[in-house]
Amino acid sequence: MLSRQWIHGWLLLLPALAFIFLFTHIPAITTIWNSFQSTPRGRRPSQFVGLDNYERLIGDPVFWKVLVNNLWFALGTIPVSIALSIAMALFVNRAFAGRSLVRMAYFTPTVLPLIAVANIWLFFYTPGFGLIDQVLGAFGRGQSNLLGSPDTALGAIIVVSIWKEAGFFMIFYLAALQAIPPQLAEAARIEGAGGWTIFRRITFPMMMPTTLFVSVNAVINAFRLVDHIFILTGGGPDNASSLLLYYIYETSFRFWDTAYGATLTVVMLALLGLFAIGQFFLFDRKVHYK
Amino acid sequence: MSPGFTARGRAIRLESIVKRWDDTVALDQVHIDVAPGSFTALLGPSGCGKSTLLRIVAGLEQASAGRVMIGEEDVTDRPADKRDLSMVFQSYALFPHLSVAENIIFGLRTRGVKRSERQARLERVAHLLGLEALLERKPSALSGGQQQRVALGRAVIAERSICLMDEPLSNLDAKLRQTMRTELRALQRELGFTMLYVTHDQVEAITMADRVVLMNAGRVEQAATPTELYERPATTFAARFIGTPPMNLIPAAAFGQAGLRLERALGVAVQVGIRPEAMHPAHGAGTFEMRVTGVEYLGADALVQGRIGEAPAQMRVPGHAMPEVGSTVAVSVAADEFHVFDAGTGARLATPDPASLLARTGFSVATRGAEAPVINQRTP
Ligand SMILES: Nc1ncnc2c1ncn2[C@@H]1O[C@H](COP(=O)(O)OP(=O)(O)OP(=O)(O)O)[C@@H](O)[C@H]1O
Ligand SMILES: [Mg+2]
Repeated sequence: MLSRQWIHGWLLLLPALAFIFLFTHIPAITTIWNSFQSTPRGRRPSQFVGLDNYERLIGDPVFWKVLVNNLWFALGTIPVSIALSIAMALFVNRAFAGRSLVRMAYFTPTVLPLIAVANIWLFFYTPGFGLIDQVLGAFGRGQSNLLGSPDTALGAIIVVSIWKEAGFFMIFYLAALQAIPPQLAEAARIEGAGGWTIFRRITFPMMMPTTLFVSVNAVINAFRLVDHIFILTGGGPDNASSLLLYYIYETSFRFWDTAYGATLTVVMLALLGLFAIGQFFLFDRKVHYK
Repeated sequence: MSPGFTARGRAIRLESIVKRWDDTVALDQVHIDVAPGSFTALLGPSGCGKSTLLRIVAGLEQASAGRVMIGEEDVTDRPADKRDLSMVFQSYALFPHLSVAENIIFGLRTRGVKRSERQARLERVAHLLGLEALLERKPSALSGGQQQRVALGRAVIAERSICLMDEPLSNLDAKLRQTMRTELRALQRELGFTMLYVTHDQVEAITMADRVVLMNAGRVEQAATPTELYERPATTFAARFIGTPPMNLIPAAAFGQAGLRLERALGVAVQVGIRPEAMHPAHGAGTFEMRVTGVEYLGADALVQGRIGEAPAQMRVPGHAMPEVGSTVAVSVAADEFHVFDAGTGARLATPDPASLLARTGFSVATRGAEAPVINQRTP
């Protein structure tokens, strides 16, 4: 009887399990396995090379470059987009005429595909006749090439990402704000708290679970989003705006160095895992769950 | 008087307060005077504007017209955080992410009170409210009554001169409500602040308050002491709202000739109000007769439903003296138990000398003190 149930149970689980293994676990294990192999070239099949790939990675200046880029990218996008999304959520949480319109406007960048977003911004950034240069030109300033110079390329991409992300995070903060009973703010006000104190001592702490969720997502996104690099800079100039995932793509599918691509991927997954665990520990004491 | 508490009440004065929303008028020309250090209850049925009025005093809502005075100051345009009062919300509004201790001292922190001072006051309040063992807990780990006490603690720790409460006991069970009533009243007496207390429970208002402001549909119906409210209701609404069962309102015509003469003497159509507990079975002729249509035994006493003329009425009799259903009993009522209201406006009509007025119009009223003794009608 018991074994019958077992068989039924496993049979029911089987389809889902098969897909999870097929698309998640097996590729992950294969990737880890591949990172210890050499890349097959022509007739030469891949062979076990131990930690060779990892040694190569440590000595690879481009890897360090894109890793540092990625850290700057994360540092540049996450705090700003979170702060911006909280500000926007606070703003549209109040009653005023045209509120739904503003909410929609804030959310629009999220709905647009990144490719379209990148195209819009390409139009802003284009040297000479892009929107930015036209505005600058009106003030008598010369041409700029924000995407083309190594100093500004990463910054220009960070701005696009913030623009894209903030509206998305705003939705979560808006939901969190609406779940806070208005009496809490009123009670705090009666107790002599002004707007800033209410935000600092009531609103923000009560949105901590949302902040944790959003920041984990933001970190993942910082390593995950690369679509706009394809359109805007192609990682250039001189890898100035290349990020880890973009480098992985280039290595694996442009230069077909699959073993090294797998190695880079393993490193990236490890990094993300570390970040997520770190965030949970860091926030845990400060997060109040209802 | 517990040492260290120095709160002294300030007066509250509301002048011609009007509160309008797009299509509703929640408050219509409300005047209220609250004496410093008094316990004033705002009483009224649901939706009559009590909470709105309280929120206007607190500064959480702006009046559409009128003035709010606290102490000698006009605070009409002053924001809530500058009005220096405390408030207990119906839902308690405790901060769920802060411990009990942090909840209570929240206001001291925002006002920059020194740490040592905060600690000293916290200990005093925790002791006063019996919260010592709970200070480190989060509000979600407290019972309703304990949460209530934390809300009270937050309200009293700053020793503000005014405390506003919006139905703070309505979430509690009957027994706890009873004890909290007593505790609240004692606390207010002890600390001496001015209390403005919203309730829709007449028992709460009558038992706790020095003064009751009875509201109806956005207007003040009557503002008086509990005794006066019970003994001299200013309107038929007040008469029916206070007392269980409510006062009988009987059109004068139901009393036959005497009633008609009363109306003629006063010059208007009249409703006569008599409380069920003011009516007593008479041995002799009594003041009027009542046909008994039903009896409700309640133990110590019984409620007799019946008709005076055609008008329905209720009488409270001792439980052992219930009349038979279908019988007609003579009822005697003392002269000052007659309340006379204008049938049109519902306002009380002044009757300076009710005894002679009633005698003139042909009511044979009982004299006070010589009321019919209770007799058990079943034993001869
Ligand atoms: N924000 C608002 N917008 C429109 N009408 C409102 C608003 N707040 C209250 N009202 C109306 O004002 C009237 C008074 O409301 P209020 O909350 O003061 O009643 P209350 O006496 O406290 O009733 P309860 O005993 O049920 O709490 C009600 O008719 C209510 O519908
Ligand atoms: Mg209310």
